Amino acid sequence: MIWLLALTIWITVTAGVYLVLSRDVFRCVFGLGILGSAAVLVLFASGRLEGMQPGVIPLGETALGAATNPLIQALTLTAIVIGFALICFSVVLALRLIQRADTDDVLALRMSEPIPTEPVKPPYNGADHEPVPPASAGATKLEGVA
Amino acid sequence: MTWLAATPVLVPMVTMVATALAYKNPRLQTALSFLGVLAFLVCALALVAVAHQDQAAQTVFGDWGVPYGIEFAIDRLSAAMVLMAAFMGTVCLIFMLSDADTGSRHPMVLPLLHGVLCGAGGAFATADLFNLYVWFEVMLVAAMGLFALGGRVDQLDATFKYYVLNIFGTLFFLMAVAMVYAATGHLNYTALAQAIPYLSTGMMTLLAVGLLLSFLIKSASFPVFAWLPASYHTLPAPVLALFAAILTKVGAYAVLRTMGDIFAGAPDFIYVVLGWIAVGSMVFGVIGAAYHWDIRRILAFHSVSQIGYILLAVALASQAGHAAALFYILHHSIVKANLFLIAAIIWRLSGDYDLRRIGGLYKAQPLLAVLFFVMAMSLVGIPPFTGFWAKVLVVQETIAQGQIAWTFFALFVGMLTLYSMAKIWMEAFWKPHPNPSWRAPQVTQLGPAWIASLGLAVVMLAISLYPQPLIEYAQAAAQTLGVP
Repeated sequence: MIWLLALTIWITVTAGVYLVLSRDVFRCVFGLGILGSAAVLVLFASGRLEGMQPGVIPLGETALGAATNPLIQALTLTAIVIGFALICFSVVLALRLIQRADTDDVLALRMSEPIPTEPVKPPYNGADHEPVPPASAGATKLEGVA
Repeated sequence: MTWLAATPVLVPMVTMVATALAYKNPRLQTALSFLGVLAFLVCALALVAVAHQDQAAQTVFGDWGVPYGIEFAIDRLSAAMVLMAAFMGTVCLIFMLSDADTGSRHPMVLPLLHGVLCGAGGAFATADLFNLYVWFEVMLVAAMGLFALGGRVDQLDATFKYYVLNIFGTLFFLMAVAMVYAATGHLNYTALAQAIPYLSTGMMTLLAVGLLLSFLIKSASFPVFAWLPASYHTLPAPVLALFAAILTKVGAYAVLRTMGDIFAGAPDFIYVVLGWIAVGSMVFGVIGAAYHWDIRRILAFHSVSQIGYILLAVALASQAGHAAALFYILHHSIVKANLFLIAAIIWRLSGDYDLRRIGGLYKAQPLLAVLFFVMAMSLVGIPPFTGFWAKVLVVQETIAQGQIAWTFFALFVGMLTLYSMAKIWMEAFWKPHPNPSWRAPQVTQLGPAWIASLGLAVVMLAISLYPQPLIEYAQAAAQTLGVP
């Protein structure tokens, strides 16, 4: 059983890493989701897999016996919920990013870190990618940048 | 004192909900937000006072026994970190009232800001490894919201990179937690510290390295710091200052907590590797900063470099080293946050962050020049400022342990830091403005920005002139670490 789970985790991690290393934004996000599932499976494995008894200590005994550890199942559930929320957020983020940037190629996403054009001088980020000064100072600002 | 231990989470959480409900009324939202952060500050002061009397505020939720229930325990180290978070939250909220690069007035900014404080407070307060993971996630989600709120395409780009690289750290952490539980059957810090010496060396190394790897990503250290300089400069200034003060420090705190407290008896080579990772962060951060001309990007790279000093102090694995790490964390939060705030004031006055397009500020605003100079000298480590005391504590211990190479790098990187600070000084303040017709704007709303920045400077100067109480506090905090 544990070897089957280990194989499953191995395949899941492989698939996740393969997708994450892709240049496509959406594949990358889904890859992270799959990697998250792999992490949850690792967490699940830490609570023992054998044992079909309910996770309740019988009356008069002090040990759980052959049952699986219910604490880990609570942790797994928490991790799944958090992971789900993160996936929702990241899918919306990726969608918005693709719409605004007009590309889903990670190599073309250089808006926050533009590619240098000169060998030693870093490029200027461009006025579109800088905060807009308050309106009252607009005239001064335009002169200053010209 | 059971309820007090939960306040680092409860107070920001209540404030977060209250400000979110008041989203239609910006004035009410601001008022609630100040009320919340001041309450947080009062609770943090009470926590420090309680912790300093050796009665760490502690509570176990749901009345479970200590190693089984989720425990919140706030010793001196945690209390100092909570106080730092609350103080920085207050300063950044004050700064937000100004018009110096404060970003869009999106109704969700304040709730998310309190969300970050809530996550940080929980991470500092908890004494449970899985609970720490939960607070990391809370902080991650709130931080991503703040990154994306502006809606500019470069901000979305930065959010994406921040998310992808940080989630790796989180997933590593989750897997490491699973392995820790499988190996020891515990998640509570105290129980773990007692159980770990009975593990085999190989298992101990595996667990420590797993946790360390995830925390190094979170604290943006070499070679996994790429997310920080890729994303920080797209943030509005008050949020940027808060992130610079808190976000990476949570990672550094987690490193200190695991390597200095829970895994105090881990094999020596892990600490040696950590020390060289720290040296890598110091050197590569400062070299990255030397390349850039955008003030925010220079300062962001310096964050990586300064995190190196904190990690180096942890890698020394001694009480003096742990005390130095705590002192350094507090020093760096104050100084780096204030430098980012000063950068925003520079932006408001001169219209740009890029050093090639600004200048002449010494003539226009001598007080700002002095303020920047003092904070920059503190970052470099010139006596008598806090940076000097922080570096003295670290270097003293590297010399005491005979680590000559680490000592050399610590001093050498200080010199390179001076180069970057001198560059900002020469370009932004000393040289004339590239456009001769430039005049500093007459109508600005910089009052709150000055209050926030001067307030941080006053705190920094107070610690500089009377470092002894804080050093003694840090040493007392270090004494309780690593003693199960």
